[in-house]
Amino acid sequence: MTITKGPGTEQAIRTWSGRSIPRKEDARLVKGQGSFVDDGGVQGQGFAWFVRSPHAHARIVSIDCAPALEMEGVYAVLTGEEARQQCETPFFAIAPPPGSLMAEWPLAVGKVRYQGDAVAVVLAESRETARDAAERVFVEYEPLPAVVDTVAAADPTTPLLYDDAGTNVVWRGVFDYGDVDWALENADHVVKIDRLHFHRFTSAPLECNGAVVDYDLGTGVVNVMSNYQMPMFASMVIGPTIGVPINKFNFVTKDIGGAFGIKIGFFAQIAALALLSKKAGRAVKWTEYRTEHMLTAGHGNERTFLDIEVPVMSDGTILGVKVRAFDDAGAYLHYEPLGAVIWSQVVPGCYKLKHVRVDYTEVVTNKCPTVPNRGYSRMQHLWMIERIIDIVAKELRLDPVDVRKTNYVQPEDYPYRTPNDCVYDSGDLPRSLDIALELAHAEEWRARQRELGTGSGRRIGIGIGSTLDSGTNNFGQSRIINPDLPFSGNGEAAIVKLDLFGEVNVNIGTTPQGQGHETTAAQVTADILGIAPDMVTVSTGFNQANNSYVGFSGTYASQFAVSGLGAVMGAAEKLRHQIVKLAAYALRAAEEEIDVSDGFARVRGDENRAIPFIGLANMVYANNAGLPAELLSEVDLNARYVYVPPFEVPDPVTKTGNLTLTYASQVHVCVVEVDEETGEVTLLEYAAVDDCGRRINPMIVEGQVHGATGLGIAAALYESLDYDASGQLQQPSFYEYHAATALDIPHVDCGSIESASPFTPNGAKGMGEGGGAPLHAVCSAIQDAVGGDGPVVADSHNHWARVHELLHRDPTASRGVAVTSREGPPRVAQS
Amino acid sequence: MTERGASHAITVIVNGERVNRIVSARQLLVHFLRDVLGLTGTHIGCDTGNCGACTVVVDGKLVKSCMLLAPQADGSTIETVESLAADGQLSDLQRAFNEHHALQCGYCTPGMLMSATYLLRQNPDPSADDVRRAIRGNVCRCTGYVNIVEAIRSAVSAGSAGRAAAGAAEEA
Ligand code: FES
Ligand code: FES
Repeated sequence: MTITKGPGTEQAIRTWSGRSIPRKEDARLVKGQGSFVDDGGVQGQGFAWFVRSPHAHARIVSIDCAPALEMEGVYAVLTGEEARQQCETPFFAIAPPPGSLMAEWPLAVGKVRYQGDAVAVVLAESRETARDAAERVFVEYEPLPAVVDTVAAADPTTPLLYDDAGTNVVWRGVFDYGDVDWALENADHVVKIDRLHFHRFTSAPLECNGAVVDYDLGTGVVNVMSNYQMPMFASMVIGPTIGVPINKFNFVTKDIGGAFGIKIGFFAQIAALALLSKKAGRAVKWTEYRTEHMLTAGHGNERTFLDIEVPVMSDGTILGVKVRAFDDAGAYLHYEPLGAVIWSQVVPGCYKLKHVRVDYTEVVTNKCPTVPNRGYSRMQHLWMIERIIDIVAKELRLDPVDVRKTNYVQPEDYPYRTPNDCVYDSGDLPRSLDIALELAHAEEWRARQRELGTGSGRRIGIGIGSTLDSGTNNFGQSRIINPDLPFSGNGEAAIVKLDLFGEVNVNIGTTPQGQGHETTAAQVTADILGIAPDMVTVSTGFNQANNSYVGFSGTYASQFAVSGLGAVMGAAEKLRHQIVKLAAYALRAAEEEIDVSDGFARVRGDENRAIPFIGLANMVYANNAGLPAELLSEVDLNARYVYVPPFEVPDPVTKTGNLTLTYASQVHVCVVEVDEETGEVTLLEYAAVDDCGRRINPMIVEGQVHGATGLGIAAALYESLDYDASGQLQQPSFYEYHAATALDIPHVDCGSIESASPFTPNGAKGMGEGGGAPLHAVCSAIQDAVGGDGPVVADSHNHWARVHELLHRDPTASRGVAVTSREGPPRVAQS
Repeated sequence: MTERGASHAITVIVNGERVNRIVSARQLLVHFLRDVLGLTGTHIGCDTGNCGACTVVVDGKLVKSCMLLAPQADGSTIETVESLAADGQLSDLQRAFNEHHALQCGYCTPGMLMSATYLLRQNPDPSADDVRRAIRGNVCRCTGYVNIVEAIRSAVSAGSAGRAAAGAAEEA
């Protein structure tokens, strides 16, 4: 990159943002010099191994640790009951009663509630010894009936996971906006869909969870070096339980091998490891293994939608939706029931639906706890909305493109207020769709589809998925779940510092897992300080000792471009201001005369009057005698800034308010070929158009689009987590869970629109989660291939056997949908 | 920490250096590389041999080092990701991964680079399909493989351009 010198320099330099510069973090990662959690350790550490339940639901009758403790090299064993005795209270509960009565401790107490539930943890001199010793912790169980069906779990006659709660229902709420009864009475048609099911899967980061936890008995400080992605959340949840105040935690993260929300789930393990370290008087290292990860680290939310009713006018205008939703939190509430409100950031999806009633029930079952999983909670709802759009089009013989364009929020509608008072900031959905259709050559494929006709044994399907990635959320929405929660707003902290020799250093409270924060933070800092990104060092990961954090710090919920970079920009501006002040003093000039560029502060128009950053740093850090006290009180070259987005507290009674700051949109179009004989689905073409406002580094944005698309396609076709009736997970390793390979995921053609957000410091919007558009685009394409009179694609996961069933379902069997029409004779529709 | 139980003396050449160690009979090669030799660039992503994060080259063949016991590697020559930029210069592939944004979290990257290095040794001019087949044993959860395929393809052309330039220089 060349920097133009001379007049206009300032302007030429202020251009690092918006460019696809290669990432700074790659230099170490391509050489195998990254620093991941299992790469490190502490002197004298032991290795931890959890003893886990083979049963989904069982009473713990007895635990015999003696045979393990007799083994040479075993340091300690901690059981659930012993851990509980050292705890002051169960983990902090987000839910009000009855959810808050579903208590969780660091290890299982009294009973186990899912296959893999941890009953004890062993510490030994090597991981192999720890593993062997774990097998010699003998646990006697009395099995109980397993609860695996989400909807049945809510039935009062179903066995209970938590006797104290008296129910398996964690939380129930009716979200009622507009007047859906009126809409259903007055619509030209009502489309009724029996059931839609969004399946359980995981983004399964390639690096499993891990931590080195060292409970320093001398100082009481609990050092947690881990790949946990939301450190302050963990300390708030586990601190009161294990009796450690926030300022006695020292959370540190370095390189993290992917997280996708899943790495919010393992705070319970961290608590258990802290107690184990305290007991053994030495550091403990725990590296989760893949089977353990699949069984216990956390799965994405599984949601069942029942009795869906959609009022539609003859011109294709969809008035709203009425639905009962059942969400399955698994056995413990690891972030839930926040998902019960998070989806309402996108109540009408991309559309101008005005009348929406969602009767939402969240239950516990004897399955792995759910945790945020890329697209968290919104993707499930958006998938339902997108299914509705296609099913309406199919049943009323309308073009799905027209139905979308008719109902989309239009470019001139922004900022658009949704029925629950969320504000969609900007976008151009119709144009995004046009670009995606063109990139995927949809018209040519339509022609090819007609040509192919019947009898060839192959069918072509074209599908659309249009979703939103709502980012930078307002934690006040948690009060819709529990009005007593002391949370609202959001924020992130950053420190930009001029160090002793004039180096520029940035610390942020985030925990990047591949999103390139070191690069984009350097880009925005470089723009403000008039230097090249190469001259900016961004510390890797989170370090509590840096003091660059707030309660919300971490990397999750598509917010870095707004809150993270907002904090960095604020801190860099503050530092620049200090540099100008100091330089004005040093160069005996007015502040207005100072330019900052190329690592110097200069007096504009006078080449001889300039001072390098190292000179400025020297004045403050090591050569400050005689500096005016007033100047020193304002200039420390260590600028901390907290970005706080503009939010109000939502209304828990009406369940309304602005729940998120930004809405990036994704419009995907895909073309599939379906083999009638086998049900096999092949992706022939895939296009993704992302609109995330101003892009700080377009290459990184595209990478995120590719990644979210890859995981979405994988979930749609290959990846599913299923439990049998006894609560045994059918895909406990990468052998059964088919993590998609390069042969499964097609090339993705990317298009983009930049509708700058009017609400953010830089016009950007968070976009890393993606809205799960591929799940819908693929379902939509399969639906198209199945054909107009075929059954409804009712599941978000469609492996070959399910597709085969759809193609060959008995024509007299239910198609899963019915239409009643007000005007004229009702269309004949089989139910 | 050395493991209790049966142990074996092994000699291997790792990234050009001869190494003698006593290892436990049950130690996986990947743990030997990481925990004993400190070569932590080789990663672990699964326990079933499916993910390829642990991929190294053993005696010229691509091997998942979690599927081999350290004693089984006795007498062999092993190349890990740390060998790729041994002289401090990034290889064409490493550079291409950076330029094409072929890594995000970077956890799959060492294994991916070893598979790609091996591919280019076997087939200096692979098609996009060849590339996809060659890395099918390496799972990446971040990139959707799009830029990885592009990067490997571009390293092919960079490599052949480089070779062509070297050839031209020789002729001159
Ligand atoms: S760790 Fe070796 S294949 Fe997964
Ligand atoms: S870059 Fe994260 S797994 Fe490949």
